[in-house]
Amino acid sequence: MRHLMNPLDFSVEELDKLFDLAEDIEADPAKYAHACTDRKLATCFYEPSTRTRLSFEAAMLNLGGQVLGFSDAGSSSASKGESVSDTIRVISCYADICAMRHPKEGAPMVAAERSRIPVINAGDGGHQHPTQTLTDLLTIRALKGRLGNFTIGLCGDLKFGRTVHSLINALIRYTDIHFIFISPPELKVPDYITDMLREKGITYEEVIRLEDSISQLDLLYMTRVQRERFFNEEDYVRLKDFYILNKEKMKSAKPDMLVLHPLPRVNEISVEVDDDPRAVYFKQAQYGVYVRMALILTLLNSAD
Amino acid sequence: MNMLNVGKIEEGFVLDHIKAGKSLSIYHHLQLDKLDCTVAIIKNARSNKMGKKDILKVECDINTLNLDVLAFIDHNITVNVIKDGKIVDKKELILPKEIRNVIKCRNPRCITSIEQELPHIFVLADEKKEIYRCKYCEEKAGKSASAW
Repeated sequence: MRHLMNPLDFSVEELDKLFDLAEDIEADPAKYAHACTDRKLATCFYEPSTRTRLSFEAAMLNLGGQVLGFSDAGSSSASKGESVSDTIRVISCYADICAMRHPKEGAPMVAAERSRIPVINAGDGGHQHPTQTLTDLLTIRALKGRLGNFTIGLCGDLKFGRTVHSLINALIRYTDIHFIFISPPELKVPDYITDMLREKGITYEEVIRLEDSISQLDLLYMTRVQRERFFNEEDYVRLKDFYILNKEKMKSAKPDMLVLHPLPRVNEISVEVDDDPRAVYFKQAQYGVYVRMALILTLLNSAD
Repeated sequence: MNMLNVGKIEEGFVLDHIKAGKSLSIYHHLQLDKLDCTVAIIKNARSNKMGKKDILKVECDINTLNLDVLAFIDHNITVNVIKDGKIVDKKELILPKEIRNVIKCRNPRCITSIEQELPHIFVLADEKKEIYRCKYCEEKAGKSASAW
């Protein structure tokens, strides 16, 4: 029986199979409409996350399965002091697979160790959010036709951004990827990541302004730059416009560059960009459902 | 200068080349306080190699020693196994792949911070750099402020 705790839990070959399945689901959803009849997904969300929970639930419903669960710790037995280990033992009696989000890092792994059903980490604090990374990879593969041989710009808060770190770790397993890190000096990608890239001989650049590098990019992964991350207000005001993607900046981009964003978007991508065919962040949310469908099927198969 | 004389042991082990001042920490990590055996703690002994060093002599069944814990703390320690009053073996310490309940995860966001019954497990993430990470949250282990 397999679980998913970390995007690197699956080998590149296993991911290829998962993405093949996801793309087959996209091509012919009707074929999978009853794939999980009589199966139940438990969504155990100890903190609210509407988007991720609904994406999991939509995935299971699309497969003909059913969903049950809770959407914050207050409405679960955790409020009575029940441990994650006990909760998952009980959930194992009710459902066939579980997606768990928890504010404490490592909680889904504790669940996986005690569980009789596959557990998917749906986000544990600032630690891992593997299905977001799988979504990003599938979106790139489906829309670019390949995972590798491109220049990707990662823009915004690269210091604290969990999705960015996971994506970098996942992408370095593919070949010929050049990274361009676009961030204010305060929010640069951590040293351990650049050290690792140098060690592996993977090329990267660090720049401050999006305008300076957008023309080189095949992919642009946008994230939010939060005001509270800056040391002072002047720096924020001085730098924030560098990280807002608008129509003007898109003029310098390649005609086939893709813009991704893990969402929710606040103001880092101007709404005027939404109609640009290169803006694929809403399609990305759709791929999130496909990849979760493929993941549910794969993990249920591993448990049978 | 007079040498401090500590008697020979018949069966047990002598941990030599402990960094000066670290013997008490090792005493606790090995949970020697819980064993009913004779222990000699020698602090700041003269050493040609190290200048100063600590030594621990423990009279007990040689199987009670947790070499993994010792290797995690300092794999440069020399472990002399004593039987019938003689050194019968010098054990090499190899970094353990996993250590359990030796150090605590200090990450306040880790699940181990709220679920008391969970073991604190650290896994060897980078053998070259001797980096251990919490199995659950992947927080790096800090050896200095790590007493259980």
